[in-house]
Amino acid sequence: MSGKIFLVIKREYLARVKKRSFLLATLITPLIFPTILGLFLWIALSDTSTETRKLIEVVDENNAYFLESNEMYTFSYGELSPEEAKNLVQEGKRFGFLYIPELNLERPQGISFYSEETPALSMISSLEASLKQKIEEFRLFASGIDPAVLSSLKTNVNIQSIIVGEPGGERVSNSVVNYAVGFIAGILIYTFIFVYGNQIMQGVIEEKSSRIIEILVSSLKPFQLMMGKILGIGAVGLTQFLIWIVLISAISSLVMGYFGMTMPQQQMLEMSGQQELFPDTGQEGLMEMVQLVQGIDFFQLTLTFLIYFIGGYMLYGAFFAAIGAAVDSPSDAQQFMFPVTIPLLIAYMGLFIFVLDDPNSRVSYWLSIIPFTSPVAMMGRVSFGVPWHQLALSIGLLVAGFLSTTWMAGKIYRIGILVHGTKVGYKVLWKWLKDNG
Amino acid sequence: MELLSVQSLNKSYGAHVALKDFDLSVGQGLIFGLLGPNGAGKTTLIRIVNQIIEQDSGQILIKGQPLKMRHVRNIGYLPEERGLYKAMKVKEQLLYFGQIKGLKKQDAKERITAWLDKLDLSRWKENRIQDLSKGMAQKVQFIATVLHQPDLLILDEPFSGFDPVNAEIIKNEILELKRQGTTIIFSTHRMESVELLCDHIALINQAQKILDGPVKTIKNQSKTNRFRVKMIRKEEGNAVPWGTMEQKEGYEEFTMDLNGRQPNTLLTELMEYGEILGFEEIIPSIEEIFIQKVNESHVR
Repeated sequence: MSGKIFLVIKREYLARVKKRSFLLATLITPLIFPTILGLFLWIALSDTSTETRKLIEVVDENNAYFLESNEMYTFSYGELSPEEAKNLVQEGKRFGFLYIPELNLERPQGISFYSEETPALSMISSLEASLKQKIEEFRLFASGIDPAVLSSLKTNVNIQSIIVGEPGGERVSNSVVNYAVGFIAGILIYTFIFVYGNQIMQGVIEEKSSRIIEILVSSLKPFQLMMGKILGIGAVGLTQFLIWIVLISAISSLVMGYFGMTMPQQQMLEMSGQQELFPDTGQEGLMEMVQLVQGIDFFQLTLTFLIYFIGGYMLYGAFFAAIGAAVDSPSDAQQFMFPVTIPLLIAYMGLFIFVLDDPNSRVSYWLSIIPFTSPVAMMGRVSFGVPWHQLALSIGLLVAGFLSTTWMAGKIYRIGILVHGTKVGYKVLWKWLKDNG
Repeated sequence: MELLSVQSLNKSYGAHVALKDFDLSVGQGLIFGLLGPNGAGKTTLIRIVNQIIEQDSGQILIKGQPLKMRHVRNIGYLPEERGLYKAMKVKEQLLYFGQIKGLKKQDAKERITAWLDKLDLSRWKENRIQDLSKGMAQKVQFIATVLHQPDLLILDEPFSGFDPVNAEIIKNEILELKRQGTTIIFSTHRMESVELLCDHIALINQAQKILDGPVKTIKNQSKTNRFRVKMIRKEEGNAVPWGTMEQKEGYEEFTMDLNGRQPNTLLTELMEYGEILGFEEIIPSIEEIFIQKVNESHVR
């Protein structure tokens, strides 16, 4: 009998893997991310190198605020009246004009920027930052402090977070890297469950509506058929995942190699919004990056990912199979999608709102323990380090969870696949569940 | 020997009784007609025999042994509603169904080649089902049903959807299988379509069997002792000993009861009135017998 399950798995697997669309999706998807990344990098690089500096006219009623020109902006002090400066902007001779009225240092107000086109947000904030610094310097002077002395007192602090473990097993961790890892792993599992769960549902509906099911269940038990389908499609997912891992790492290293090692680092810094953590991109930063990446236990991460991927997929896959069996067409399935979508959405949103923010909070803990949310939520926590007993509890519950959803789905599936043309609601499903025949 | 024996089978769906104390016995090597209107319980019975659903009570024996999952090897089933994986190739699909039924891969491959040749489908073996005509797809489905050489072939509404040419081809294949010893059960509500093929029939109505027996016996029992006569009368307008006559082209047609006479006596009597063109006993069709039986059971 187990040989027959294997036949079903093999059919489900080959029928999908051999499809041209599988090949396309598998090959193109991993290209999308690096391509977009590469495209942005290319635009960003060519942007700064080719664009002409923006010329900005400054009218300063205080005659005190001299802004230094930089790569992006050139400031011109033509001692013009505001009207004349405005005309220059209108004639296109200046990008914009910055008007600084006589300022009260206690409460600086009335600074305006005039331009033909809407200025970039980054430009306004850069102007604001420069003026702020100038005003602060004036105020420091006014209170008798030398800004030079103050700046010499400033220092860079960079806390290296180290996870305490067995002797020699201490590893450097960084919340940004952990965040990224948790983020990607959580989203991947969420997406996989939806995409492959839907394939299960479509497959069941195909067999049901084309009545192939009658021939099949006259040859093997409905439960075997359902399990064969779930496992076969799951194997397709794993295959796709493995191909992606290989492709993404190959292509990413190519892209990174092309743009140099500095780019992914900068990207990492921008993501964290904590530029001052690393002193620019010196040798020190590079060392730190290597340390951090080495700090990730890839084996453990991959293993937990696979466990939660398979567990989560099985748990929800059973639901998708039951839904497929209960309806006659995909459009009828909508009404039953609610109980599947909601817990997954909770897991997804919980990942962003709670888990990645504070992996050890009470909410994060429960999200990563309850089987309906744990596949997504635990992947958000795992890179931050999770006590083994929590991991064991979560995995244990996940296994119990998918065993019970599979059992329930089997009961619905067994009856549903043979029912045609009747409107099936939750009440009917409940009846099928209770039916012991 | 009995190939299939069904004993006091009961099955209900909620309040709806689909089969009630149902008995059936199918002898080996026969074509057995399971006849009855839609909703009589035929499909339920077939599904139970195919182990798609379980009975509430009663038992089923195959060659004297209680029906088990391993018996799927002995049964071929063509459901009423046909279906194949549309995106799968003909050969792959047949191989899958053959293996699911328990055939070894190599055996299955050899038989697929033979059957595809036989039904003139060899050219299409690498095509997907969706590229085939409906008739061709049905032939593929038939092959999938018989590929594992089942002892018992259960065909639900076998000729529905087949065009006349393909129906004839399939009919001949079925007769060929019968000659080889396969037992065949036809289930249909279109009784005239299988009447001439069946050796034995059972009539089902409202979850119960109302008639069961060899076709010849049933027909003999249902004789009405009426004869249809075609005649050219000597003299028109003569007083005649029978009632209504139907005027046909060049002759008249009427029916007469034997009323205890021998057919020859009746024929001799009739010959005096004119030239007899036809003299034949009226034997009701299975459908007429069915309607008669249903009416009788209602009266009871």
